[in-house]
Amino acid sequence: MTALLEVEKLAVSFGTMRAVDAISFTVESGEILGLVGESGCGKTTAALALMRLLRGATCTGAARLADVDLFSLDEPAMRARRGSDLAMIFQDPATALHPTIQVGDQLVETLRTHLNLSARQARSRALDLFRKVGIAAPEARLRAFPHELSGGMCQRVMIAMAIACSPLLLLADEPTTALDVTVQAQILDLLRQVTREAGMSVVLITHDLGVVAGMADRVAVMYAGAIVEMAGTDRLFAAPRHPYTRGLLASIPALDQGWDEPIPTLAGSVQSAFEVPGCRFSPRCPLASEICRSAPSLREVAPGHFVSCWNAA
Amino acid sequence: MTEKLIEAIGVTRHYKLAGGRVLRALDGVDLAIGRGATLGLVGESGSGKSTLGRVMVGLQSPTEGEIRFEGLNAAAADPAQSVRLRRQRQIVFQDPSGALNPRMTIGDTIIEHLRVQGWSRVEAREQAARVLDDCGLSASFLSAYPHEISGGQRQRAVIARAISTDPAFIVADEPVSALDVSTRAQIMNLLRDLQRTRGLTMLFISHDLSVVAHMCRDVAVMYLGRIVEIAPRGVLFKSPLHPYTAALISAIPLPDPARERTRRPILLKGEPPDPSATPKGCRFHTRCPRATDLCREVDPETRAFSSAHMAACHHPLTQAPVERTIA
Repeated sequence: MTALLEVEKLAVSFGTMRAVDAISFTVESGEILGLVGESGCGKTTAALALMRLLRGATCTGAARLADVDLFSLDEPAMRARRGSDLAMIFQDPATALHPTIQVGDQLVETLRTHLNLSARQARSRALDLFRKVGIAAPEARLRAFPHELSGGMCQRVMIAMAIACSPLLLLADEPTTALDVTVQAQILDLLRQVTREAGMSVVLITHDLGVVAGMADRVAVMYAGAIVEMAGTDRLFAAPRHPYTRGLLASIPALDQGWDEPIPTLAGSVQSAFEVPGCRFSPRCPLASEICRSAPSLREVAPGHFVSCWNAA
Repeated sequence: MTEKLIEAIGVTRHYKLAGGRVLRALDGVDLAIGRGATLGLVGESGSGKSTLGRVMVGLQSPTEGEIRFEGLNAAAADPAQSVRLRRQRQIVFQDPSGALNPRMTIGDTIIEHLRVQGWSRVEAREQAARVLDDCGLSASFLSAYPHEISGGQRQRAVIARAISTDPAFIVADEPVSALDVSTRAQIMNLLRDLQRTRGLTMLFISHDLSVVAHMCRDVAVMYLGRIVEIAPRGVLFKSPLHPYTAALISAIPLPDPARERTRRPILLKGEPPDPSATPKGCRFHTRCPRATDLCREVDPETRAFSSAHMAACHHPLTQAPVERTIA
């Protein structure tokens, strides 16, 4: 059986700056893949490349969604897929929605474009979707403008738009980062429920390892444009092999950690990692040695567990 | 508690909005921090935690109530005392890029800060180099501009500026929220070290309970302009009394898949109400799973449940619905 999404050696560069460096991964049908990393590691760029929403960037490699090569489609064909086969939700829902169009009309537009519905049918479908994503008083809210809704409510509207055409794949880019923690809990619960119900695959992009632990089936960790480790969620948290993953996990302050202990930290910062020859993590790595001057590639260290490190224990 | 360094007594801060409405950012806050202690302040956006921080350092004056520093009412200070109060109370902001002048070097930023406080140019320069060193930045950063250094280094520079006047009290307002995970831990460790070596008293504001839990012995929870619960961290996380605190704790995703599978977050109804339209009665009743008619009518007083555990709730939880062990 082939995976729903197969990404092969996806590379993205802006001029001479390489933002994503030949990453390969798959997403099975109904699976949630967590894509984790710090700002600038290329996780959002990779998602935008899959949506073909990057302007002025050079993308190479291949991305097949249900055996359709997304990068070989012409623009009208791609436009037809966007929203219906793959959809994306963004970190800041307030800026992702059109500020001067009522949210109901924005949803109706999506529905009519992709599903060939009449205005009346689309309106009633929109109402159903608003109910499904837990929007109270949906009739009134259809006529609201984004600025009249709270952040959590806007994100519910975004989710309604994203699932409107039952896409095969949902790219969720930091969907709860801009929200308060009690609202985050509501939105994560909703995402889990709607994607499970529809058997939708999800690429969940986040910097929050707590969110990933509760949502994802598998996790890919990115550093400076490359995937450095990939494994099933349980395995990645229980037995991380890459020194970056280990450092990242250790540096999270735990609720039940004594407050007298300092938090273990990773030395330095990611700032100029893109210019490092060989392994990009080596300047910060406690295990770095001579061999790290040449770039490691992902190798399978246990079934389904991939690490890109020469010295991984 | 040891000697109180700073106190807020019945502090309110109201902002007049268009149309005669009033935004009650702070609505009767009582708080005391002992010398050398670190108090954590958590709450969601709009709860008033930043306003409280700004009022505590004197960047804003309270509408009613007073701030007392070493027993002195800040509003009644004479000019000489005011200068000393400013030197003694400093603040670190969330976004280090916004807190630094992009056209000034790090050195000039700190030197200007000290010159205003009456330091000579030579002394100020020496002190700038000294505090940068204390914050893990070499003297070469004196001549660096903010855009030339990383976000973590910028936050170190902002912290260096704050401690340059040798303050007794620091408000750290979301000091790590704009930083990446790996940098965040470095800055938290720096703040902890400074707090110890300098005996700083700190109000540590964050929306992230796990960060606060790590930095502070005592934690206060704010909701819509009021402190609804305050307790030592271990007590607060193990047996919260206020239903809002319980929901807040249960909503934190844990970086542990096994515990995540069993975690059952208490999902609150809706979102925090607009602070310009605070609900009548208990301000949390619109989202509270335990709300009764009493809560809809009467705003609960803050009551002490033990010497260090206070909560403002008519129906406090006797047993915590969340299971979580705290070291």
